[in-house]
Amino acid sequence: MDTLKLKILELMKEDARRSADLIATMLGTAEDEVARAISEMEADKVIVKYATVVNWSKVDDEKVTALIEVQITPERGRGFDAIAERIYLYPEVKSVYLMSGAYDLLVEIEGNSLKQVASFVSNKLSPIDRVLSTKTNFILKKYKQDGIIFEDQADDHRMLVSP
Amino acid sequence: MIKDETTIQPNKVKSMQDYLAPAVREIKPSGIRKFFDLVSNSKDDIISLGVGEPDFSTPWHVREAAVYSLERGRTKYTPNSGIPELREAIADYLHTSFKVKYEPSNEVLVTVGGSEAIDLALRALVTPGDEILIPEPCYISYSPITSISGGVPVGIETFAKDQFKLTEKALRDVITPRSKILILCYPSNPTGGIMTYEDWLPIAKVVEENDLIVISDEIYAELTYGQKHVSFAAVPGMKDRTILVSGFSKAFAMTGWRMGYACGHSELISAMTKIHQYTVMCAPVMGQVAAHEALTNGLEEKDRMIESYNQRRRLIVKGFREIGLECHEPQGAFYAFPSIVATGLTSDEFAQKLLFEAKVAAVPGDVFGLGGEGFLRCSYAYSVSQLNEALERIGKFLRKL
Ligand SMILES: Cc1ncc(COP(=O)(O)O)c(C=O)c1O
Repeated sequence: MDTLKLKILELMKEDARRSADLIATMLGTAEDEVARAISEMEADKVIVKYATVVNWSKVDDEKVTALIEVQITPERGRGFDAIAERIYLYPEVKSVYLMSGAYDLLVEIEGNSLKQVASFVSNKLSPIDRVLSTKTNFILKKYKQDGIIFEDQADDHRMLVSP
Repeated sequence: MIKDETTIQPNKVKSMQDYLAPAVREIKPSGIRKFFDLVSNSKDDIISLGVGEPDFSTPWHVREAAVYSLERGRTKYTPNSGIPELREAIADYLHTSFKVKYEPSNEVLVTVGGSEAIDLALRALVTPGDEILIPEPCYISYSPITSISGGVPVGIETFAKDQFKLTEKALRDVITPRSKILILCYPSNPTGGIMTYEDWLPIAKVVEENDLIVISDEIYAELTYGQKHVSFAAVPGMKDRTILVSGFSKAFAMTGWRMGYACGHSELISAMTKIHQYTVMCAPVMGQVAAHEALTNGLEEKDRMIESYNQRRRLIVKGFREIGLECHEPQGAFYAFPSIVATGLTSDEFAQKLLFEAKVAAVPGDVFGLGGEGFLRCSYAYSVSQLNEALERIGKFLRKL
C-alpha cells in the first residue's frame, strides 16, 4: 500500500469524521487525491466501515461482553474456517480470531445480561460439532479499546502562555 | 494586646529595590509574563495558542525508565558533567543526526535544561561590557541573561521577507570591536525560520573574520519540516568557536524534566563545568536516566510527534492564509508567525483584543524583540480540533474588525 494511503488511514483512525479537505491540508497534498484514495480504499474494503467507539459504561446500558476461548477439532480440507464461519454468523458474536496457543478460537460475545451470554454459550456454541471445550471470560471493565484509553484523560496542564 | 504603633519606626530600610543588583533591577518583566497574567486573570473559556511546549506527554517508555530507576534507588548525585552513558549517547546522537563529532569525556556537559547551558556559556565568556549579538525576533531569555552576565545585548533585526534568516549584511552592520558573542537560534522561536548550509557560509566567514564565539541554541533542531537541520557547529572551521546548546524539552516532550546539554571546545566546556559544579552540582539523576532512555529508545516516538507537528503546521498556515492573515511558511519549531500589520493594530493591541473579544490567546510579536512588532506568535502544539476552533474564532474576529 502506498504511503499516502497509510497516512490517510492513520489520520482517519484518530478521527473518522475528518474531511478529505482537512486531511489533504494536514498531509500537504491535493484534496481530490485524498478523496480518490479514500474511495479506493472503501471499494477495496480496506476501509470496512466508519464506526463509533462507545464507552458503554458511561451509558445506562447493562451490556455484558465475554471473551470465550474455544477449542475445536479442525475439519478435513477446510481447517478451522468452516466452524469459525458457523460461529461468526451469529449476530451476538462481535469478533472471532484464530489463535495460536492453548486454544483455537477467541470469540467475543456481547449480550444484554450474563444469563443471555451464558445461554448463548451453552445452547449455541458448545453443541456445535467439533467444539471440544469453551471457557468463558467476562469483561469486567474496559480500560483501553482500539488504542483509545477510556479513563478520563488529564486536561491540558500547560500554562496558557509560556516562552 | 494591641501594640502601640507609634513605637514602631516605619521605613527604616530603603526601598527594597535599592538592594538589588543593578543588572537585575533594570530587567523589565518579560512580555510573555505580562501576557500570561492577562490570560490567567480572565475566567473565560479561552483557547490558547500561547505555549512554547509540546502537547504530548513524555513517551511512556521514557517515564517508565525513570520510574524503574527510582525504584532501584538511583537517587544520588552524578558526575558533574553528567552520567557517562548519557554523554556518550548525546555525542553519538549529534554525530549521526547532525554530523558534528564531540568527545563525550570532555566536550559534553549535561545541564539543567538548555536554559542553564546558555547561562553557563554567557557567564563563562562575558567580560562586563562585551557586546552580545542577538538576531531578533528571538527567544525572550537571551537579552536578559546577557545583561545579568554583564554583557550588552545588541539586537539584529531579521525580516519576514528573508524568512527571518540572519543575513551577512545585517550581522556586519552591528559588529564593533566590542562584539564578542553571537547567539544563534535556528530553527527559531518565535518565527519558525531556519538556516541552510548555504545560508551559514557567509555568516561563518564574518564570525571568523571578527573572531566571534557563537552560542548556537539548537533546541528545535529535530523539528524541521522539509529540510534537515544544519548545525552551525558542522560548518567547516566553526566547531571550535561554537558552543552547541540543546536539550530534550522540545523534541522529546520533556520540558518538565529540565534536561539539556552543551557541547564545544574542551576548554570552554571545562570553564562552564566549573560554574555548573558550584551552582547546581549536576543535573537531576532521574532526568538524566530519562534522557538516556529517550536517546536510545525514543527516536521513533520523536519522529511520530514531529510528523504530527508537521500536519498541524500545514493546517494552521493554510488556515491563517484563508482568513486573510499573511503568514510566511515556518520551516522549523512549532510556531507560526503571521503578520497582523494589515489590521492597523499593534501586536499588543491585536493580541489583547483577540484575547478579550475572541477568547484566543497568542503572544504579541513585539515581546520577542526587534522585528517582532506586527506579528503574532501562535504555537501549533495543540490538537487539530483546538486549532480549527482557534482559527474559526480568529477568522470571525477579523471579519468584525
Ligand atoms: C529557543 C529556546 N531555547 C531554549 C529554551 C529552553 O529550553 P529548556 O527547557 O531546555 O531549558 C526554549 C524554551 O522555550 C526555547 O524556545
